[in-house]
Amino acid sequence: MPDKTADMEKKTEEKAVMPSSTEVPLTLDAGPAPGKPRSLWSDAWHDLRRSPLFVVSALMILFLIVMAIWPGLFTGASPRDSDLKNHFLQHPNWTHFFQADWFGYDLQGRSIYARVVHGARASIAVGVVVTLAVTIIGTIVGMVAGYFGGWVDSLLSRLTDVFFGVPFIVGAMVILTTFEERAVWVVILALAFLGWTQIARVARGAVITIKQSDYVVAARALGASTSRIMFKHILPNAMAPIIVVATIALGGYIGAEATLSYLGIGLAEPTVSWGIDVASGKDQLRNAPFVLMIPSVMVAITVLSFLMFGDAVRNALDPKMR
Amino acid sequence: MGRYVIRRLLQMIPVFIGATLLIFLMVNVMGDPVAGLCGDRQCDPATAQRLRTDLGLDKPVWQQYLTYMGNVFTGDFGTAFNGQKVTELMGSAFPVTIRLTIVAIVLEIVIGITLGVVTGLRRGRPVDTGVLILTLVVISVPTFVTGLLVQLLLGVKWGWIKPAVSSEATFGELFVPGLVLASVSLAYVTRLTRTSIAENRRADYVRTAIAKGLPRRRVITRHLLRNSLIPVVTFIGTDIGALMGGAIVTERIFNIHGVGFQLYQGILRQNTQTVVGFVTVLVLVFLVANLIVDLLYAVLDPRIRYA
Repeated sequence: MPDKTADMEKKTEEKAVMPSSTEVPLTLDAGPAPGKPRSLWSDAWHDLRRSPLFVVSALMILFLIVMAIWPGLFTGASPRDSDLKNHFLQHPNWTHFFQADWFGYDLQGRSIYARVVHGARASIAVGVVVTLAVTIIGTIVGMVAGYFGGWVDSLLSRLTDVFFGVPFIVGAMVILTTFEERAVWVVILALAFLGWTQIARVARGAVITIKQSDYVVAARALGASTSRIMFKHILPNAMAPIIVVATIALGGYIGAEATLSYLGIGLAEPTVSWGIDVASGKDQLRNAPFVLMIPSVMVAITVLSFLMFGDAVRNALDPKMR
Repeated sequence: MGRYVIRRLLQMIPVFIGATLLIFLMVNVMGDPVAGLCGDRQCDPATAQRLRTDLGLDKPVWQQYLTYMGNVFTGDFGTAFNGQKVTELMGSAFPVTIRLTIVAIVLEIVIGITLGVVTGLRRGRPVDTGVLILTLVVISVPTFVTGLLVQLLLGVKWGWIKPAVSSEATFGELFVPGLVLASVSLAYVTRLTRTSIAENRRADYVRTAIAKGLPRRRVITRHLLRNSLIPVVTFIGTDIGALMGGAIVTERIFNIHGVGFQLYQGILRQNTQTVVGFVTVLVLVFLVANLIVDLLYAVLDPRIRYA
């Protein structure tokens, strides 16, 4: 046994050295005390490195994140410069790679390529921040409900049902209409306010299962405090299903932002986002479909990347799928 | 069984009160119900004050909520600000959306489960991989993009369907919009059924059924599928409410005057009575659908008994 443990420690260290960009499980691995055998995660990482689905989606996500942080790397053109005289709805030049006219120009003579590159930031920021927020809220609610059970569980579960029962897009629209300003943080607030229920349910289910396991019973018998049991024993073990659901949901929130913008109620100019461009493109759909299609394809690619990433992580973490 | 249903109905009460209170607060406290009354202009303060008194908005919020709920239970959902009764709006909107939802659910069940069974039985084969990639693509493309594309291609370019649905909104006209509305859920149903079938395919009872010499068809439909349907039924059940609320995008694209259309108008015009009324009914639909799903579990799996 000691040998095996040592081997696993080595693996954990290896992992820490591996260049990690967007691999969610890795960053989490750094959380719990080092030196503990972490077989589930090492196994998963071992599988993931060999999964083409994972490698492709991780590279795509990395690419999108770089685009969101440093749009200047991809284009020198400004997303807000408009030149109606020369570029009114100019069609794409598919061979002019990475140039301002690659994807053509929109109704206001702005480079669609520049807008797509600069739009990544708002869309990805909404996706990432909403996911972080709902994961934190959902995990806390789900853990407290699952751990304490009884009336606390009843109360929190009913509260989750209440928020789950309100139709998502309708509720988000209602919240958004009450704000004068349609900035990124308002959209984040609206989506996070209604979005946490899914994670809460998953976390509650996971905690209820883990609560009965031997190591938790042992920890309690040894006199560990409630907070120690929750954060050292239950949380790390409940993380797997939560991360899978969160990654897949991330894509969904990016889609939701675009949908709200399409309905004319999400982000608004002068923010540059894919959703806004989709909304402005829908009026030229018949004569210039590329104005709508190009940002839509970007939304789809981003959602697809996170879906594939979540799928790959789920396959690696779920022993049933082996 | 009867006791279980009663207990579940009792549990629904706090959720119903909570959800309606939540939407009531969101609309009435965070927003300004009077703001929508004077069109696009600002109300002048004296008019706003009188409107507030007339509509009972000067009373405390809990009192407003109680009055509203009291009215709802006597069948009075209030009056929209254009003078129409909200119940009248519902009477014209709900039949349309219910037809749309039925089309969507039927397509989900028929296409989704069929594809799921086919791929689940052929895991790893080209059919399976192909369908799996297709479902990923369908899930990733936002519904409004699918809808606009379908409308542009089938409706405008090729002329197979009318790009906008008429006010009658017959089942035939709603087929394509229903498919668009169902597309994402359909992909989920396919994936869920596939996973479930693939997991159960090697179960002992399937082997026994085959060993007994039952025809393959009967093994798949009666033994394998029936046992694999629980997660799928759960998903479809929660989806009924989501589809009715999510029809907002599809209804807007195909110009269908259903619940989504009324909600969209209501939210943009800050028509509080319409929004709260429609959402209240949607919450009820959602809760009842969930209850029915739970009762269906016992039909699918006789081991589940409700005491």
